[in-house]
Amino acid sequence: MDTFKLLQTLTETAAPSGREQQIAQVITELWEPYVDSLSIDRVGSLIAVKNGRAPAPRPRLLLAAHMDEIGLMVRQVVEHAGNGFLRVTNVGGVDIRQIYAQLVTVHGRKDLHGVMASLPPHMLPDERSDKPFGYEDLVIDLGLSMAEVQANVSVGDFVSFRQPLRKLQGKRVSGKALDNRASVAAVTVCLEYLQGRAHDWDVVAVATVQEETRLLGAYTSAFAQRPSAAVAIDVTFGKGPGANDENAFELGGGPTIDIGPNVHPGMYQALQDAADALEMSVNTATHARYSGTDAFGLQIAREGIPTGLVGIPLRYMHTMVESVDMKDVERTGRLLGELIVRLDAKFIDTITAAMMEADKS
Amino acid sequence: MNELIKKLVEAYGPSGFEDGMRDLIRPEIEAYADEISVDALGNLIAVKKGSGGGLKVMIAAHMDEIGVMVTHITQDGFLRFTNIGGVLPHNLMGSRVQFANGVIGVISSDRLEDRSKIHPLTKFFIDVGASSPDDCPVGVGDAAGFIRPFLAQGKRLTAKAMDDRIGCVVAIETLKRLKTTPHDVYFAFTVQEEVGVRGAMTAANHLDPDVGIALDVTLTGDVPEARPMAISLGQGAAIKVKDSGMIAHAGLVRLMKQRAEAAQISYQLEVLDGGSTDARSMQIANGGTAAGCISIPCRYVHSQSETVDADDVESCIKLLVEILANPINL
Amino acid sequence: MNELLKNLTEAVGVSSNEKEVRLLIRDLIANYVDEWHVDALGNLLALKKGTGASPLRVLVDAHMDEVGLMITDIDSNGTLKFEGVGGFNDRTLLGKVVQVGPKKITGVIGARPVHLLEANQRNSVVKIDAMRIDIGAKNKDAASGKVKVGEFAAFVTEYEELGVTAVGKAFDDRAGCAALVELLRARPYPFDLYASFSVQEEVGLRGAEVAAYGINPDVALVLECTPAYDLPNENDVSSNVALGKGPSIYVMDRVTIQDPRLVGHITRTAVANGIPFQIRQPGGGGTNTAVIQRTRGGIPAATIAVPGRHAHTPTMIINLEDYANVIKLAEATLRSLTPDVIKRN
Repeated sequence: MDTFKLLQTLTETAAPSGREQQIAQVITELWEPYVDSLSIDRVGSLIAVKNGRAPAPRPRLLLAAHMDEIGLMVRQVVEHAGNGFLRVTNVGGVDIRQIYAQLVTVHGRKDLHGVMASLPPHMLPDERSDKPFGYEDLVIDLGLSMAEVQANVSVGDFVSFRQPLRKLQGKRVSGKALDNRASVAAVTVCLEYLQGRAHDWDVVAVATVQEETRLLGAYTSAFAQRPSAAVAIDVTFGKGPGANDENAFELGGGPTIDIGPNVHPGMYQALQDAADALEMSVNTATHARYSGTDAFGLQIAREGIPTGLVGIPLRYMHTMVESVDMKDVERTGRLLGELIVRLDAKFIDTITAAMMEADKS
Repeated sequence: MNELIKKLVEAYGPSGFEDGMRDLIRPEIEAYADEISVDALGNLIAVKKGSGGGLKVMIAAHMDEIGVMVTHITQDGFLRFTNIGGVLPHNLMGSRVQFANGVIGVISSDRLEDRSKIHPLTKFFIDVGASSPDDCPVGVGDAAGFIRPFLAQGKRLTAKAMDDRIGCVVAIETLKRLKTTPHDVYFAFTVQEEVGVRGAMTAANHLDPDVGIALDVTLTGDVPEARPMAISLGQGAAIKVKDSGMIAHAGLVRLMKQRAEAAQISYQLEVLDGGSTDARSMQIANGGTAAGCISIPCRYVHSQSETVDADDVESCIKLLVEILANPINL
Repeated sequence: MNELLKNLTEAVGVSSNEKEVRLLIRDLIANYVDEWHVDALGNLLALKKGTGASPLRVLVDAHMDEVGLMITDIDSNGTLKFEGVGGFNDRTLLGKVVQVGPKKITGVIGARPVHLLEANQRNSVVKIDAMRIDIGAKNKDAASGKVKVGEFAAFVTEYEELGVTAVGKAFDDRAGCAALVELLRARPYPFDLYASFSVQEEVGLRGAEVAAYGINPDVALVLECTPAYDLPNENDVSSNVALGKGPSIYVMDRVTIQDPRLVGHITRTAVANGIPFQIRQPGGGGTNTAVIQRTRGGIPAATIAVPGRHAHTPTMIINLEDYANVIKLAEATLRSLTPDVIKRN
């Protein structure tokens, strides 16, 4: 499938953490042609299995890409001069500095379009007049009367940001929820890559829920699926305004393969080997402690799971103009596919044995 | 029911030290449960077997309360202490606490230069009447709970530890009133909620329920200059949609609303900005649990005058009975 | 000279990079255990079979990892940029010697000289991102040949005994590891004793969580090294624990309330055996007990710790009598441990 179309389908579907049913349906339709089974688990994660060709019981590789996005939730319905407005709270790590004057959709009894609004700074209390707008200042304006709002919206309704995916120069695109639909797209590319290529291992592709709030789907799907190994796919910082140090990576420069305590050294190496086999340009991203991704949850399910982490460089994270290069999305998909093709029956034994071999010095 | 509430709220049971609470609750439920057990961390679990065709449902109400623990005894016999759970320093002056051995202490503070500030716990001490470490009747590591008599004034019920003994009362009353259910229902009276929802975690790991419902208090927005929040005392059971630790299972929220509407039980929808409940633990246990929470609206949470409304308590019990007595389709 | 403490503390094992320590301990215990294996995170898990007298499964845990640094970038001038692995007081690092990567290349930590600072900067703590490790490479290419991004660096301190005390790095928690090695070398216990030499404690108690899940014990004991603040202090405050006053027993910390039944059993055992002990100041900190206790259906767990001054620095000090008493108390606690200890009403 055309990568722009794929990303467009994925990013323009609303799925704040905790309300992933709709995106799960979209992904189900995308993955159905490529996998042997699909199901939704107890917390809403989508589990797709593509069987390998080795005799059963086969080792299983779990790919985790979260399908939820940051959003808002209605906290209060308030009236002013007969009109209805909504006070909200955040769902996940919303960057509150930039949500003023964004377009939103309120998922009430029906979907309602609205905008994020506030009184101007000079009408706010003095101590707040030079600060970014806070949730106590912001309201959603639906342009409707209180009666119309009350008929359609209640406390606890989800709100998503609304911004179509747009083409920038070259193969760059910009929109909302590329964190982490870019990775869901990469897993889709991976499943496509595996069509007609032989692989021994089962692939368990999981679109996880509630990553932005608590890595919920990673913990629970890894527990339930008991994979032999796992890879989390998430976005990472792209080099750009204000992000130019070693923790940021060129858009279009290839995916990152991450290293650090959340990653098994054997998985890091296997991903590097796959990149070498494809002659793909990749970068190493370091996480000295917490990786802030599903890898954190996957790694410590049950007795522990050898876990790898792949990143897609993305600018302006957690805004409505997140930007990626589509080449990186495609490369990430091929990298995962190549990793899977190369996995053999001895893989786990080999990386485990390496844990007890002295380093050459 | 006020008699049961009084008995539970006045009892001693800081997190980690809930043995006495178990002894109080067990006789209340023995006649109504098919089985009762205590797990490794001390959760008390009462099972009501279903008539068949239902799900495995875990109900969690925590027995523990916030408290304090001695960290140091000064040369003059005063006790420095740390918090067990979310103790608020500005509620402490003049409070009384009781240790497991019955010793009572009063809380005061060092001389405070700036009274406009809220001072950290390290500025406070407990006086148990000792004059040195040698004649001090308690030691480093001993835990104490707050003491305050239960007050019932009209519909308003005030006490320390209403969080979450009132949830325990809702669970006990539900167990008593629930004649038949298709579900296997596990009423877990949990430990160590106030220190990080720990008891519910191991109970849920062990029980592996399909559905988990916590019973706990929530904040209200109906007092002067409160943080805006669409929850008021007396307006009914609160069905949690989100708090700062979890987002409730959407299907379970929908079901709770439907049951409340069908049985004409008053309810409110809750979006809480601070705090979380045992539902947070149940949700992420094992392969995941469809988790939600029925909250009892409560003013002045984590003070010694936590206040709830008797009608809300009744609504919570009725709602839980309705949910459990009927099929659960998520 | 205590060779065990010397070898264990001088080995390098920054969180998630514990291989050297793992191999060392494997060699130390291989002849005294019935089985051992390494798991997906790198925990070294061993079984010492019991006499069969008791049905319990007992886990004893000590973490292999130490706080350290991770190399995140190489500057054009050949110096190395790094981040902390585990918790640091920023004041600790400036002007210290480190060993970098598997080849243990010597480096020193430097920053802008104090002379070149504005007056108002001289009194401020230097932040980690303003410091670099200098291995003496003349430029980025020269450094890249020696060190790779993602490699780790650890402090360098030779173990030294000062009478009844000892100076070294990484007593947190190699003192616990050494004690656990000694427990495994003792005669068999009434029950099967599982040992976890765990990884990644300093970055969030990660190793012990999966070790406990896999072993699924009835009871667990954690051997730690806990900070002692028994330095001159004019205020009447707790020193957490003090050197020379015996093993420290945890009651409550930031993330755990230790199992009161086990705490009671440990203190009674100490009294019965004439072993001194101290109750660690409740409140802050946290040990692997936290994650072990909430694994599966809940595992009763408690912690015994060697008091250690100057934790998370290259220059820790412990008291060797405290260390010996931790071994004694842990062994006596285990040998008198029966199912009755954790029975509940």
